[in-house]
Amino acid sequence: MSLLTDYGLILLVLACLFGFFMAWGVGANDVANAMGTSVGSRALTIKQAIVVAMVFEFCGAYLAGGEVTETIKNGIVDIDVMTADLLVLGMMSALLASGTWLLIATNKGWPVSTTHTIIGAVVGFAAFGVSFDAVHWSAILPIMASWVVTPFLSGVLAFGLFVSVQKLIINTDHPFENAKRYVPFYMFLTGFMVALMTISKGLKHVGLNINSEQSFLLAIGVGILVMLLGIFLLRRVQIAPDANRSTYFASVEKVFATLMIFTACSMAFAHGANDVANAVGPLAAIAGVIQNNGVAELGTKSAVPAWVLLLGAVGIVIGLATYGYKVIATVGRGITELTPSRGFAAELATASTVVGASAIGLPVSTTHTLVGAVLGIGLARGISALNLRVIGSIFMSWAITLPAGAFLAIVFFSILKLIFL
Amino acid sequence: MSINPFVSLFGRSPIGPMQQHIAKAHECASNLVPFFQAVIAEDWARVELVQQEMSRLEKEADKLKRNVRIHLPKSLFLPVPRSDLLELLSVQDKVANRAKDIAGLMLGRQMVIPQPLQPMILAFVQRSVDASEQALTAMNELDEILETGFGNREVNRVTAMIEVLEDIEHDTDRMQIEVRRTLFKLEKDLPPVDVMFLYTIIEWIGDVADRAERIGNRLEQLLAR
Repeated sequence: MSLLTDYGLILLVLACLFGFFMAWGVGANDVANAMGTSVGSRALTIKQAIVVAMVFEFCGAYLAGGEVTETIKNGIVDIDVMTADLLVLGMMSALLASGTWLLIATNKGWPVSTTHTIIGAVVGFAAFGVSFDAVHWSAILPIMASWVVTPFLSGVLAFGLFVSVQKLIINTDHPFENAKRYVPFYMFLTGFMVALMTISKGLKHVGLNINSEQSFLLAIGVGILVMLLGIFLLRRVQIAPDANRSTYFASVEKVFATLMIFTACSMAFAHGANDVANAVGPLAAIAGVIQNNGVAELGTKSAVPAWVLLLGAVGIVIGLATYGYKVIATVGRGITELTPSRGFAAELATASTVVGASAIGLPVSTTHTLVGAVLGIGLARGISALNLRVIGSIFMSWAITLPAGAFLAIVFFSILKLIFL
Repeated sequence: MSINPFVSLFGRSPIGPMQQHIAKAHECASNLVPFFQAVIAEDWARVELVQQEMSRLEKEADKLKRNVRIHLPKSLFLPVPRSDLLELLSVQDKVANRAKDIAGLMLGRQMVIPQPLQPMILAFVQRSVDASEQALTAMNELDEILETGFGNREVNRVTAMIEVLEDIEHDTDRMQIEVRRTLFKLEKDLPPVDVMFLYTIIEWIGDVADRAERIGNRLEQLLAR
């Protein structure tokens, strides 16, 4: 117990620093893909995207980030097999490993996923640094499966959404009138979906306990509020009386651009909810153990402290403000082929999938889920050209990132053990 | 170029470049009208000028064609079959090629059109160019077809345009027969070699409309699913 009593505070401060740095990295890099869709389809300006991202990433991370953080905190490693010292040092090395790997990868320009790095690192230190039985292998399987399932699921959702848009709006006699009529329902869907997941799963640590029936009604209420706001915003969108065919479709897209303001919010929310855990999951584990004076069982059983999520949320926002806006601009410039009628479907499908995964505590990659959604729209003949090589690069990123995260975590773990034990 | 998997997901759309190519090919073909006017006027300096312009446009169309092909790797996922798109591109290119052939041969042999044939052949050329223009009009709808995600309404609009294109092509067939019949009546009074080449030119003018019609057919094939 000497390690934790002697160095407890220092370790906690260090863990906070590393966790904060990781959160900064998430804000600086990862948010760009979540927001780039809206910027690329010109539904939001860069400035608007930053504001939306800051507010909703924060809300997502703070209000709905608990479940995934919980998974990384104690869903992966088996606490009975290791001592509290090992757990603290291990989680510390996982943070260091993923931070290092992300720095290397970003410098070299490799496409890597924060989620996969941190999972690889946590599994790595536990399985090879402590013992092979220290990993809840039965918990790893659903996580790995979710990395395949979520892009597929969001692809199916996006396909369905886009086909419904074609049937109800685009492929009708009066697309503009139908857009104004049906788009509010998609707005309702967006608000309802995010609210339902958040209220039913996320608000426990804020001190609100609501049963499922109440949360369902509350979510409907939020959905209706969002819809009313949307209808109000849509009143500004009018069609020019002298519109020819191409400007007519541009007006239809403007209706979808309004819808995209809402789906962009849900996207930022979903991303914050899922990805904050990559940064603060290990920190939550360390904080739990140290605050309970080194009793690991108590540490793991206690809920994720709200201040940990707050730290992550603030880190993401600062990352966005200091560096992320540049990456958002770059990504936005790279995606110009996506019009709002497609972009909204991609965002809504991705946000629903990721928020759903967050609610059941599965750490998934927002970027990969978004790629799945865009491919789904492509299958519905909605996008003029998609580069299928990306799918290969995603598999490559799994194949490289997981071992790399694990390997680095083992190295850091050995070093930390040498220093402290 | 980009390493971000999300950004690199979006390929360059071939639709815009395809439309640029047909526009260039049609521009080349549409020069046949001033070309024949100059030939009939026997203003050989102007004939050469127009021929050079057509040759330049044909080269530019070639460049655009190669550009589309380079940017259509097999790994690209398109809403239409890649092979159909490439075939359409090659048919589009053939319109410009045939127009250039006509101009080249007529300039090279300094071909003179017999007077009774002149108004008839000018109308025939104009109608062939009309066919190429109609093909361009139909192709210009391709981006809207994409916008509507290949919705039936938009596809039907284009199908109607292709029907008009077919009507124009039928006109040119009829005119071609008429021109040939008129030439047949004149041929014994003309130098035989000149007549042979005149028949070739008449056939080639018909080819321009034929190939424009094939653009329409290919486009229809592209949209059918």
